[in-house]
Amino acid sequence: MGFDQYHEPPDELPEQTRTFARLCASLTEEAEAIGWYEQRLAIESDPEAKAVMADAVGEEYKHFSMDLEFLLRRTPKWREIARGVLFQPGDIVEHGEAAEAGAGGEADGDGDGDGGEHSPAGAPTEADVGGGSLDIGSLRGQGL
Amino acid sequence: MNHLLREHAPITDAGWKLIDEEARERLLPGLASRRLVDFSGPHGWERSATNLGRVERVDVSELEGIEANRRVVLALIELRARFVVSREELRAGDRGAEDVDFDELDAAAQRIVEAENTAVFHAWPKAGIAGITASSPHEAIVRGAGFEDYTGCVARAVELLLRSGIAGPYGLALGREDYTSVVETAEHGGYPLLDHLRNIIKGPIVWAPGVTGAVVVSMRGGDFALESGQDISVGYSSHDAEVVSLYLEESYSFRVLTPEAAVAIEPPKGAR
Repeated sequence: MGFDQYHEPPDELPEQTRTFARLCASLTEEAEAIGWYEQRLAIESDPEAKAVMADAVGEEYKHFSMDLEFLLRRTPKWREIARGVLFQPGDIVEHGEAAEAGAGGEADGDGDGDGGEHSPAGAPTEADVGGGSLDIGSLRGQGL
Repeated sequence: MNHLLREHAPITDAGWKLIDEEARERLLPGLASRRLVDFSGPHGWERSATNLGRVERVDVSELEGIEANRRVVLALIELRARFVVSREELRAGDRGAEDVDFDELDAAAQRIVEAENTAVFHAWPKAGIAGITASSPHEAIVRGAGFEDYTGCVARAVELLLRSGIAGPYGLALGREDYTSVVETAEHGGYPLLDHLRNIIKGPIVWAPGVTGAVVVSMRGGDFALESGQDISVGYSSHDAEVVSLYLEESYSFRVLTPEAAVAIEPPKGAR
């Protein structure tokens, strides 16, 4: 079994980073599978085979979404950016820029869309001080 | 910047790291409800209400030929516990001090823990939260004053759930007094009470500050729903030359979906 998802020696990585890397690898695999199924579906002429593969690719989309949701829960800043991009009508690139600015990204440090007027150079951003959430979430099943 | 306004606080990145770590450390042991009930979210600070799928029975239409019903929702509660941190202590932390005084933060964390547990396991009527024991149709089992036959009480609670068709595994939330007695007690023959309870419950046993007595709940899922808007976070209020005023904050709702899926174990009258 390979350990290709680690770029650094696994023994030196904290447990949560190893988990994060596994889910990143899983996300990549789901995206690859979606691409493969879409190609197969594009050339398949047997309707029954097509129906089976269409059902399978739906599963891959579900897994991709679950992986993505997990990763975003662990990264509050990127979650904020994703919230501004995903499921929004209109221009995707514009949403991306605006969401990045809103989350304290490079476009606008204070997130109010005014070019960072109230956030002088060197002032901390949300990325520096954290989003504020302690990311506790569910502890289900953890007892004494 | 989000509504927690952390960027406005005169706190270094290292200082925020210390504060967040301290808060997590103080919160985690006592957040019993999250160990036993279904948890969804966080759905974000913007989430205001939980969908109940129901409408008010009153037709609010004023137009002929039109029926109008208003949806019933469960509003989320915003919970906030304020505390201050000494700027001198924060400066000490920046220099690498390992004994930074976060006493007020620790006390605020405890208040949040108890508020969440009390609302979930008992009730918080003013907040619209019908808690687990207040909703349960089962008569509470009253334990002995000296914790004699505690295993019998828990076994009776489990049997009551089984008789009601509520499958396991089960979880046990122990209030402070019950927890202390359970972990320090050995039954006849020296067998630890905690281990005996584990065999009966088959699920997690948790320390639940804010709970009076104990509560046995089904862990099969789908019976109790804690919905998080904003998960517990640390925000900034104000500061002066001496202290920084901060707060712990969360928003959530809680619903009991199967009232009969829990049984309370109460202390005897006079010991409450």
